[in-house]
Amino acid sequence: MQTVKIVVTGPFNAGKTAFIGAISEIEVVSTERRITDHSQSTKEQTTVAMDFGRITVDDGLVLYLFGTPGQRRFDFMWEILSEGMLGFIVLVDSVAPETFHEARGILDLFKNYSPACYVVAANKQDLKDAWPPQDLRIALKIDSDVKVVPCVATDKESVKRVLLELLYSILETAEE
Amino acid sequence: MALRGNLRDFSLTQLLNLVNLAKKTGALTLGEGNSQATVYFREGMLVHVFLDGQASNLCNLLERVGKINEAQSRLLPQEARSDKEWGLLLINTGLINRADIIEAVRRHTLETAYRLFTWTEGSFLFEPNVLPPDDKITVLLHLENVILEGSRRVGEWKRLEKELPDLGMALRFTTRPEVRLKRITLSPDEWRVVSSIDPSRSIQEIAQAHSLTDSQIRKIVYGLLSAGLVELVPRVKPISAAPPPKEKVAPAPVRKGIILRLIDRIRRL
Ligand SMILES: Nc1nc2c(ncn2[C@@H]2O[C@H](COP(=O)(O)OP(=O)(O)OP(=O)(O)O)[C@@H](O)[C@H]2O)c(=O)[nH]1
Ligand SMILES: [Mg+2]
Repeated sequence: MQTVKIVVTGPFNAGKTAFIGAISEIEVVSTERRITDHSQSTKEQTTVAMDFGRITVDDGLVLYLFGTPGQRRFDFMWEILSEGMLGFIVLVDSVAPETFHEARGILDLFKNYSPACYVVAANKQDLKDAWPPQDLRIALKIDSDVKVVPCVATDKESVKRVLLELLYSILETAEE
Repeated sequence: MALRGNLRDFSLTQLLNLVNLAKKTGALTLGEGNSQATVYFREGMLVHVFLDGQASNLCNLLERVGKINEAQSRLLPQEARSDKEWGLLLINTGLINRADIIEAVRRHTLETAYRLFTWTEGSFLFEPNVLPPDDKITVLLHLENVILEGSRRVGEWKRLEKELPDLGMALRFTTRPEVRLKRITLSPDEWRVVSSIDPSRSIQEIAQAHSLTDSQIRKIVYGLLSAGLVELVPRVKPISAAPPPKEKVAPAPVRKGIILRLIDRIRRL
């Protein structure tokens, strides 16, 4: 049995838990807590340690999805998590430009931990104020050889597309 | 006068109670199988524990408990010196402060003492007025607390050791699809363990990588097993003969075949 892992990261509230939940065959094992800190009262719950999802490929192969906690005070876990990953996805909340800078910082950190392939997912594209992917690319200064994929994390088909785009990128660098 | 006997007749708890009540100063040496330990007391307080095969000096000890890392300790001149000299050197290099050293020694002393509570067979020898070697950094711990916590842990260990006898086994995520995982809450330590699960690493190795004691890792693994998140498997030899690179980064190159299988599966979801 071989296992491989893909990490889903991004700022607070970007949609990481929703993303993994949309596609995992198990109920996402998550460590969500109610938010007591009212400075971040934009939502009810936040992930404090990690999300964990699974996709069984066949008898010999399982894919694990790990979501990072969105808050910086848990970033000591990121490095451990990035060890041996196949690739990673940086989710960006396309309606929250105030988080773009943070998203770029997270992206740089992960690039620093590992040379693995990654894609940027411009999430919440169903909302009317969403920045389109091409504008996000400019705002986040994403290299031209990295994909910025539109995404709706609550929609399984959309999540599948993001994962496939990442896998296509990995395929180009994979060995025979 | 020295006091000697067998732990079958006088348990460690009883001996510690005696030392505590009589406010004794001295060294209690215990032997079990091939292991030997010496516990030192000053006026009824625990001041130092020495257990064979454990961190031989302060630098090793701090590395073991994760206060400094291997790279840092490698940078220090390694010639023999006493623990007090080690302490000064470490403080002077700014790697760690005095309070952290004392806290680490305190925790290490306690953890070692708790382990001795599982020794139920073997000899003991109490020698009055024998103090730890001069160069050792000592602490002052109330025996009542040590006895209480030590006895509590023995009960827990007995249970965990029965459930999880062999730390040489490895873990893998449960693959039985019928297992429905409940929403579980992981602590940062549990999370660290979960993120380093790999059938080619023994539980012991995972514990070492994250500076967890045997009992801590047993407790965590037991929790993960009960939650149905992981299962025990015999450790598989890593495919490559080369040891995994310490300073990591480069992921093992993946084969096209694996990626194609992943793509195919996700398309069909
Ligand atoms: N409309 C819309 N809402 C979304 C989308 N993705 C996530 N959300 C919502 O955005 C909020 C945050 O989503 P989460 O999945 O909790 O985000 P997270 O990244 O896990 O957040 P933290 O763990 O707190 O960092 C939730 O209310 C989701 O329902 C999307 O694509 N479209
Ligand atoms: Mg979350």
